[in-house]
Amino acid sequence: MELTATTTIRKPASEVYAYWRDLENLPTFMAHVEQVRTTGSRTSHWSAAAPFGKNVTWDAEILDEDPGEKIAWRSTGNADVPNAGTVRFLPAPDGVSTEVHVVLIYDIPGGVIGKAVAKYFGEEPHQQLDDDLRRLKQVLETGEVVRSDGAPWGKRARKEFPQRPAQPLSDAELAKGADQ
Amino acid sequence: MRANTWAGRNKVEVRDVPDPKILNKRDAIVRITSTAICGSDLHLVDGYVPTMQDGDVMGHEFMGEVIEVGSGVSADRLRVGDRVVVPFPIACGACAACAAELYSCCENTNPNAGIAEKMFGHPVAGIFGYSHLTGGFAGGQAQYARVPFADVGPLKIESELTDEQVLFLSDILPTGYMGAEMCDIQPSDVVAVWGAGPVGQFAMDSARVLGAAKVIAIDKEPYRLRMAEQAGHIPVDFDEVDVRSRLLELTGGRGPDKCIDAVGMEATHGSAHIAAYDRVKQAVRSETERPHALRQAIMSCRSGGVVSVIGVYGGFLDKFPAGAWMNRSLTLRTGQCHVQRYMKPLLQRIERGELDPTRIITHTLPLDEAERGFEMFKNKQDNCEKVVLKP
Ligand SMILES: NC(=O)c1ccc[n+]([C@@H]2O[C@H](COP(=O)([O-])OP(=O)(O)OC[C@H]3O[C@@H](n4cnc5c(N)ncnc54)[C@H](O)[C@@H]3O)[C@@H](O)[C@H]2O)c1
Ligand SMILES: [Zn+2]
Ligand SMILES: [Zn+2]
Repeated sequence: MELTATTTIRKPASEVYAYWRDLENLPTFMAHVEQVRTTGSRTSHWSAAAPFGKNVTWDAEILDEDPGEKIAWRSTGNADVPNAGTVRFLPAPDGVSTEVHVVLIYDIPGGVIGKAVAKYFGEEPHQQLDDDLRRLKQVLETGEVVRSDGAPWGKRARKEFPQRPAQPLSDAELAKGADQ
Repeated sequence: MRANTWAGRNKVEVRDVPDPKILNKRDAIVRITSTAICGSDLHLVDGYVPTMQDGDVMGHEFMGEVIEVGSGVSADRLRVGDRVVVPFPIACGACAACAAELYSCCENTNPNAGIAEKMFGHPVAGIFGYSHLTGGFAGGQAQYARVPFADVGPLKIESELTDEQVLFLSDILPTGYMGAEMCDIQPSDVVAVWGAGPVGQFAMDSARVLGAAKVIAIDKEPYRLRMAEQAGHIPVDFDEVDVRSRLLELTGGRGPDKCIDAVGMEATHGSAHIAAYDRVKQAVRSETERPHALRQAIMSCRSGGVVSVIGVYGGFLDKFPAGAWMNRSLTLRTGQCHVQRYMKPLLQRIERGELDPTRIITHTLPLDEAERGFEMFKNKQDNCEKVVLKP
């Protein structure tokens, strides 16, 4: 499965690139990624969130990088869901913004994990990536993922539809956090 | 705290809900001193805006005192104790839309942007108390509200003006003003305004302030037309006369140079069979609007004129007079108000006495009587024009 998405961020390419290149930032805006740990200058260890299939982890390496322009990576070893990705950063015509173009490729296996992954992406799989990029834009332009009362947990907004009512959270809900 | 909530179609209910807390660093919590009921709230209550949920706190016109600020709000921008009016669109101040002062199209403040994009083609900003399509933010018909991007939107009131004088800077005064501003008014212009509700009244006052030669008010509620007339505008009752002929008469056959739709999707029509056609279509949801005012504005406007739409539409409409629009070189302009753009200049106009927003307030009720307020405002009871609620 190949997913593509793009957004425009009102920051210079160097800044957007630097944020992405620090792979440990990715879980901040990528819904299905729970954690990325850097293990070397080009290698990293990723774990996926529960809805993606329990305990899915894999190693990845950066294949290619052009500071301010491009990063390409792929999973290595025996990944449960072999995957690869490329992100390109292009100057937007307004002279101040950066276009971010992402391509992700998943090699979806059979079995339980394959089913969980397919279910996670649903009928319109690119929407997940669109939402990821919206959050990336929020973080870089405003400093944080934006929360509302109806969608208080940022990354989970779409999955929660219909959402909790647009009324303030109780202390108990706040204490429980996103994993209620 | 107490808050007025949506409780299903045609029903609001004041309930106890948790107090708001800071969720993002640039949030503030405001203790609300005055809040109002808007025509837009009626569209929600009447069930014409999708994605409302039982328990949603309503209200997007509010002001009060800052009682808490998040760690990301700098003290030179906002402090505890500041008295503020809060604009209804939530805007980040940093995206391309905000940079262009198109605050109600902010690209970052709607966590449900993906849903809004499906409906509108591109997402729209978050709005307080205005469905999950615009973010699912709790509104301001409550004792307290969480205000995101508190370092961008809220306007500090440092003078002695009363709540009643400044409250409407949150929405309807800027909205009416934007409606008139979009008309690019010239001294020779006759401006016709459909709807003499609160938004229409402010569009009329703004058209006058911006130098229109003549301002015409179109509605069917005699008391609303009287209110417009007292403010110096010319009333036209669409239940009594044929609007088009009356407008021709008032403009020497030219038609109004500029037309403002301050009615929106729930317009009623003097001609029963046309109203019934749109009502049935709207009821079965094959058309989401009843666009009588908009159609009439387009048909009435002089060639080359501007039709400025501030009445709210949510979906799709039938029988849009594209032929009149195209062949007669009309310009159609519209938008949810970019309130942040107008707050300061309009505050100055209030201070200078050029605009008196208090003239439309007919009822002031405790928050707990919100339900009665909605009832009166919706059904035009007791000459109700605008309800202010006190939490
Ligand atoms: N663009 C924005 O940012 C913005 C902001 C606030 C409100 N609004 C919208 O403005 C509109 C008016 O708001 P309001 O608070 O004044 O509401 P309101 O319901 O009090 O006023 C609407 C008025 O229009 C009249 N009307 C109905 N059908 C008509 C017709 N065919 N011709 C002429 N008049 C007709 C009604 O009698 C009523 O007096 C609503 O659609 C509201 O959602 C838009
Ligand atoms: Zn309003
Ligand atoms: Zn913005």
